[in-house]
Amino acid sequence: MSSIIQLKNLSKNYGTKVAVDNLNLDISKGEIFGLLGPNGAGKTTTILMMLGLTEPSSGNAMVCGFDATSNPINVKKRVGYMPDSVGFYDNLTALENLEYIGRLNGIDEKELSYRAVEVMEIVGLGQDMHLKTGAYSRGMKQRLGLADVLIKRPEVIILDEPTLGIDPSGVRDFLLLIKQLSRENGLTVLLSSHHLHHVQQVCDQVGIFVKGKLLVKGNIASLSEKLFAGQDHVTWVDLEEKITGILPHENELLALEGIKAIKVEGQSIEFTCNRRNMTPLIVRTLAERGYNILGVRQRNYGLEEIYQKYFENSLTENTVNEKSSSVFKKSFFSRFSK
Amino acid sequence: MKSLVASLRNPFFHGLANKDKLKKSKYQSLFMVMVNKEIADHIRSWRFIVLITLILLTFIASIYASMGNIRTAVENTNDPNHGFLYLKLLTATDNSLPPFHILLSFLAPLLGIGLGFDAINAEQNNGTLGRLMAQPVYRDNLLLAKFTSSFIMIGSLFLVLVLLMLGGGLVWTGVRIEPQELLRILTFMVITIVYVAFWLSLSVLLSIAFKQAATSALTAIGIWIFFTVFYQILVTLLIKTFLPDPSYLSSQEVLSYNDLILDILRISPNRLYTDASTTLLIPSIRSLGPLTTEQMAGAIPSPLPFRESLLIVWPQVSGLIASTISCFAISYYFFMRREIRS
Repeated sequence: MSSIIQLKNLSKNYGTKVAVDNLNLDISKGEIFGLLGPNGAGKTTTILMMLGLTEPSSGNAMVCGFDATSNPINVKKRVGYMPDSVGFYDNLTALENLEYIGRLNGIDEKELSYRAVEVMEIVGLGQDMHLKTGAYSRGMKQRLGLADVLIKRPEVIILDEPTLGIDPSGVRDFLLLIKQLSRENGLTVLLSSHHLHHVQQVCDQVGIFVKGKLLVKGNIASLSEKLFAGQDHVTWVDLEEKITGILPHENELLALEGIKAIKVEGQSIEFTCNRRNMTPLIVRTLAERGYNILGVRQRNYGLEEIYQKYFENSLTENTVNEKSSSVFKKSFFSRFSK
Repeated sequence: MKSLVASLRNPFFHGLANKDKLKKSKYQSLFMVMVNKEIADHIRSWRFIVLITLILLTFIASIYASMGNIRTAVENTNDPNHGFLYLKLLTATDNSLPPFHILLSFLAPLLGIGLGFDAINAEQNNGTLGRLMAQPVYRDNLLLAKFTSSFIMIGSLFLVLVLLMLGGGLVWTGVRIEPQELLRILTFMVITIVYVAFWLSLSVLLSIAFKQAATSALTAIGIWIFFTVFYQILVTLLIKTFLPDPSYLSSQEVLSYNDLILDILRISPNRLYTDASTTLLIPSIRSLGPLTTEQMAGAIPSPLPFRESLLIVWPQVSGLIASTISCFAISYYFFMRREIRS
């Protein structure tokens, strides 16, 4: 598969602050890519650079085969972009807003009215298209933003925090709509978010972006495998009977190959194993010994754990840096502060 | 929602093939799309109605004042300009109100500022700027569209005013209009438009420089008040302190100092405008500075031909145009490479 978005050594500095640090990223055609990261990680800056809305300090961004800095018009013809706080002309109706954008994309008048109505129907605003956008709710504006992106029939859709401020069911609908559009029309979608669950629902690939750096990239399964390769697998078994002290058959269980430790917490027993898929064996053994099993849980590494892991790392780094810098400041500036 | 998505599966994404064929003319039409939208915005806005009412009231009041005085003004044969009825309509006054062009030199900036002070920052604050700039249009087209649309609005406003006045004058007095008068009045109108355009481009520049519309409006109004009220006072004050006492100077030196003072005063755009419009509307004005008796020797107080008046004010007009263009150029410089973040 060919890459439709290629970022090479892309950097952006604001004064001494590095917003995006030597970013390399390839996104294939037809893929839904989730750019995940906390606030201020440089997601929006990266997106702006892809559209030529800000100039990179170094490196380049190729989108649809065009350099976004030197040839932004050709990029913008093919890319639909929805900013994070999308706004409309409040004195115009939704349809008029949409038609204006359509005209700016050079759509013929004849086709325009037909296409605008069609797109409004797709995003589910068919009922409200003659309403002034000033009367629109946040969720409706977000949908209108999507209509705005779709009317130009793009190859790539870039959505900056598309789920911000929509209620949970609205988010689901919205993401499903994006997924559906992408699958049916071969659209490439890049969406940025700090909501893990949203991204988890729809993205084929995820990039975790912290402090201007892309830490990892891949699909969620491969990410968790990579990340937790050295980690133990944990299984919890909930029993009907309450166990005090140690489990009567603990030694027997520990003798099984793969089980490292057993911990009893009331009705729940925690098994730490160094091999995968020990759960069936544990359950069978316990059942044979006459325990009444109420439930079995396994630790699954989802995006949350992945995310947490990376952000924790960056957070600890951060505090360490802060500490050292404050020490530095103290020793260096104490003379001048008086 | 979902079923609708399914329904468009096929016809939807076929428009890409001919996208590269957008030609130059297409971009020009894109520009016109933006201008149309901006003009529509202006016409629908309350702000424009308020401004237009203000200018209209000024116009009606000053014409009313000159109407009351027109008979004596035209019959006064000592005045070399008494033959120009229509110019008199614009300049004669019964002293209750300054003439139209002087009033306009105060009020026209307000029109320009009112139309331009939130050109860019309002778009940015509404979040529409990012959306707009993500479309395949050149960035400068937005600036140019903002400017052009206001320019068209102002131009048609003044054209309508002047034509109304001429038509009304024709019907009311039945006096034939001299071609020279028509030329002078039309040129006066053009200069007024350029003057408003200067304030317009200044306020567009401020709307790029400041994030808040209120700040840019206040700054623009501050500059306007500075030039209309304080600049002259300031210059007089400084000149009194720095220049030598005129009673110890030769007349030649006094003259050169006077020229210097006038040049300094002409930094102010409304001084340029008043100079230019007065010369055009009062044909007997021969010079904008002091004249020596030698220069005046043998001169008969009579109106100048249109071409001569235009030559006198040419520096003023080009000064106004130059400052308009430089404001616009600075706006370009700021806006073209700026980061568009909503």
